[in-house]
This record gives sequence, structure tokens and C-alpha cells, in this order.
Amino acid sequence: MTTSIQTAAPMEGARPFVSITISVNGKPMEIAAGTTVEGLLTLLNVKREYTAVAVNRDITPKSTYTAVTLSDGDKVEIVRPMGGG
Amino acid sequence: MYDTNLVLGGKEFTSRLIVGTGKYSSLDVMREAHEASGTEIITVAVRRVSLPSGESILDYIDTKRFTLLPNTAGCYTADEAVRTCYLAREAGLGEMVKLEVIGDQRTLFPDVQGLLEATKTLARDGFIVMPYSNDDPVMARKLQDAGAACVMPLGAPIGSGLGIRNPYNIKIILESVTVPVIVDAGVGTASDAAIAMELGCDGVLMNTAIAGSRDAVAMAKAMKLAVEAGRLAYKAGRIGKKLYATASSPLEGLPDWTS
Repeated sequence: MTTSIQTAAPMEGARPFVSITISVNGKPMEIAAGTTVEGLLTLLNVKREYTAVAVNRDITPKSTYTAVTLSDGDKVEIVRPMGGG
Repeated sequence: MYDTNLVLGGKEFTSRLIVGTGKYSSLDVMREAHEASGTEIITVAVRRVSLPSGESILDYIDTKRFTLLPNTAGCYTADEAVRTCYLAREAGLGEMVKLEVIGDQRTLFPDVQGLLEATKTLARDGFIVMPYSNDDPVMARKLQDAGAACVMPLGAPIGSGLGIRNPYNIKIILESVTVPVIVDAGVGTASDAAIAMELGCDGVLMNTAIAGSRDAVAMAKAMKLAVEAGRLAYKAGRIGKKLYATASSPLEGLPDWTS
């Protein structure tokens, strides 16, 4: 995967950062490089209870959320129970 | 009358009615309907969270009282279905899964080849597999041999409300397997559920028949009573069918009215 490098808007006190583009539940999303699964869930304000995450088709166990760093082009699926029969 | 419990993968249940969480007019109605149905097992789908994450159906289900049964609805391959089950387990929804591998969009009939494959994989990985199948006795036996905790033949297409279209096949399935037989899909009204139970089925699973009725809470109660009535009738042992009448009152001792 190629990493797209962008410079943040020159705000006071802000440092240039590297952003990557991932897909979250089918929608593209730009996040800072180095973001972990834990960081993403916090960013999206996702409830942890009864939620599961898969990155590139593989399930990410809850115990590894803080250890798994997302890479450019990663496809993240975040699921939870919904109404069904 | 003494009755045994419904046993699925070593877990025991008193209620023989499994209900869903889809298509209710509101989550409050759903909760009330669950209550009225007397159910102990509730099916849920596993879907992408809608971002930003808002209300969850699990705010309306007491997970200490009810056993959740995640389904693999919408999966068209064994691989998708198996991955969905892993996701469900990781999400903390337990080991019991309602396995669906759909083969056709219009009928939602199962792809039995994929179903069998997914059943084998999941049973090996410790899941309590409850496969939604067609009403084929041969397939039912193969699913049992693959490690399914029960078999769940359809009564009619999902959401069709057509009832038990082939009671004779259901009867043969009951004779073909030793695992519980649960009719899944097709029930339209209370008598359909009673028929399934009178045949000797171990349970009935339904969603649309309750959620789609005009008064879901009343229908949930009707289904509870129908499942219980059907079960009792089965245990009681019905009379045989005959073409002609047999008098219920004694033929002797009639007064003589001739003049």
C-alpha cells in the first residue's frame, strides 16, 4: 500500500501530521497515521459492549485493540447486533 | 403433564418458542412482545454499526434473562456465514448461532451445500450450530452428522406466512434425526405453530408472524399459547382419523318414545 502524505492546515500550535485513508464500514475515512483500533473506536465514539471489529476480513480480538495499528488502505468492519429474525 | 426441557448444546430451555427482533413497529413493542411470548431465546442479526452509534436493540433486551441467538442472515457463502459467527462470538453474543447460508434471493431458500460446510467448520470450532435448512430429511441427517445441535427445517419461505407446507416431510425429519427439530420460518398464525408442535417438533422459531401482525404483543401471546397447546396435544397423543362417525354417547338405555 502506498502511503499518502498530507500536511495539516497550518494552524497555530499544530504539527504537520501524516494521514492515511482507511475504509470504515464501507466508507472512506482519513485518520492520523499510527491510529490503533482502540483509537479509531474512541474517535467514532463506538460503544464497546457487544461490538466486534474485523480488519481486512480478520477478526480483531478485543484484547488487541490497543496493539493493532491501522495501515493505509485497511478495510475495517465494526459490527453489533441489530434487529433480525 | 410432565415435560422435558428443550436442550440445545447442553443448555436447557423451558420455552419452546424462539422469537426475533426484526421489523417491530418500535423497540418498546418488541420488548413487550418478547415478554408476552414467554421466550427464552431471541435472535439478532449482526450488522455494521451505523455511525455515529446511537441506540442499540440490546438496550431493550435483558441479556441476563434471555439467550441471544445471532443469525447469519444475508450470507450467501459458507465463508461469509462462518466469519459472521466469529464476529458474533467476539462481540460477546455467545456460542449459539442460527446458521443461514442463503442460496436464492427471491425465495431465501438455503444453499444446503454451503450450509453443511459451514456447520462442519463451526461445530468443530465449538459453536452450538442451529442450521436453517430446507425440509429435506436427508439433509437433516447430514447436518446432524456434521455436528449441528438441532435442525431447523423451514415450514415455508421466510416471512411468507404460508404455514407448514409439507407436514409429511417434517414428520419424516422427526424420524430421521435424534437432535431437536425446530421449525424455522413460514409460520403465519397461531395454528401454524400448533401444527408444528403437534407433529412432534421440539420448538418453533418465528419473527415476521409476530412482528408483522397488527398487534404484535397479542400475537406473541397467541404464539406462546399455540406452542404450548401443540406440545401438550402431541404429548397427549391425538386420536386416529376416521371417515365415519363414532358415537360419543352410549347406544343402550335410550327411552322408548314409540306409541
